[in-house]
Amino acid sequence: MAYFPSQNSEINRPVSTVFIVISVLAALLLNGLPWQGVWLHLRPDFVAVVMLYWCTHKPLRVGIGLTWFVGILADVADASLFGQHALAYTLLAFGGVVLHRRLQMFDLRQQTTQVFGIFVLTYSVYALVHWQVNGYLVWSYFFGCLTSTLLWIPLSMAFHTMRQLRMDRERP
Amino acid sequence: MDNTQSFQFFNRGPSPAVRLVFFSVLSLLLMFVDTRYRYLESSRAALSVVLSPVQHMATLPGKLLTDAGAFFRTQHGLVEDNHTLLQQHDQDSARLAELNALQQENRQLRTLLELPQRVEFKAQLAEIVYAERDVFQRKLMVNKGATTNVQLGQVVMDDGGIVGQITRVYPWLSEVTLVTEKDHAVPVQVLRNGLRTVVFGAGDTSQLSLRYMPVSSDIQNGDLLVTSGIDGVYPPGIPVAKVVRIERDAAYPFARVICLPVAGVDRHRHLLILPNLPSPPALPDASLAQAASAVAVVSEKK
Repeated sequence: MAYFPSQNSEINRPVSTVFIVISVLAALLLNGLPWQGVWLHLRPDFVAVVMLYWCTHKPLRVGIGLTWFVGILADVADASLFGQHALAYTLLAFGGVVLHRRLQMFDLRQQTTQVFGIFVLTYSVYALVHWQVNGYLVWSYFFGCLTSTLLWIPLSMAFHTMRQLRMDRERP
Repeated sequence: MDNTQSFQFFNRGPSPAVRLVFFSVLSLLLMFVDTRYRYLESSRAALSVVLSPVQHMATLPGKLLTDAGAFFRTQHGLVEDNHTLLQQHDQDSARLAELNALQQENRQLRTLLELPQRVEFKAQLAEIVYAERDVFQRKLMVNKGATTNVQLGQVVMDDGGIVGQITRVYPWLSEVTLVTEKDHAVPVQVLRNGLRTVVFGAGDTSQLSLRYMPVSSDIQNGDLLVTSGIDGVYPPGIPVAKVVRIERDAAYPFARVICLPVAGVDRHRHLLILPNLPSPPALPDASLAQAASAVAVVSEKK
């Protein structure tokens, strides 16, 4: 258990808006890197993971509306249909906001099982819309669910550490 | 739990379920408008301006890597490259002289026969900014946009052949849909025998296919497909694809023909954007045709 500290042991720490904005921009940047071939299929959806993190950890700051807007930005960046990412991310945020209490009770290993379900739902909605509009599917697209879920643990740990460091710095 | 439902200390606006429904309906509405109409292109362009610094930053690592690679190229390699390029240039200039003569001759012959002259096109050079990172789509972004008069539907090619078509224009960027995009169609002709057909993108792989080719049709491995030019969008005679595999199965009425694009669809950095062709002569008037047939019927009755 020592490697996966439960996060509800301490008081929920504040987060600066700048940190949230930078993390979202960084996620958009990572999604935009020139991924190709197999790597493109294995690429986790960084934006989805980051938005889910904020929706589960700060549901009052980052909610469904903001996630929807980030989805619109992702649509522009990916040149997908206007609202395609937004719809998928709306469901993601809803899952995050509804499950945030449960997730905070769990340690990271248990969280991944819950998070995996949310990602599968998000990816399915995106693929479903694509199938309805264009009439075909690319099944390897769903590998992204797995890699996104695997990204959840390191990302949670990294964000946790960064927030911890900031707290330590501000403490007199 | 019931208490929290009936009385709230803190007003936090609508519940998550209400928000979910609201934003889902909003997204569905946006998608509907985006597929049916083109009202949202201006807002897309505005948002793309906001996002463009992030996107340019995303291309930086790759650019730095290629720049570093270019810096460490050896003298020997450069000399060799220069040598081959010079040779190529000599060959090309000989062919160009021949082409000029042929063009002149062609023009004279066409005037003699009173055929319309072939149009010469001036192309715009554009550089690829980045490729779309989407599993489902085959698209490129190039660095020429509405400010340099790029228009929807213009054809994009490289030194090999057709690469794709402009499908969206932003102020400084435009989006190129590749010929390998699923269901992207190009009217072509087999160079060997002039057989006309349409080549389609296969989507998930970098292949093209010919649909509805009768089993008996005269097509062979290695046949070059060039644009036929009868569509009024693609200029005639530009290479598109090469046939690599033909499966003739007696169980099906049509042969399966797989082709590979001739252009380096995912290789080059520089592309040419061709200008729009002059619009073809107007179709004959439908009412005229009806009147003519009516006259024919009347004369038959007599």
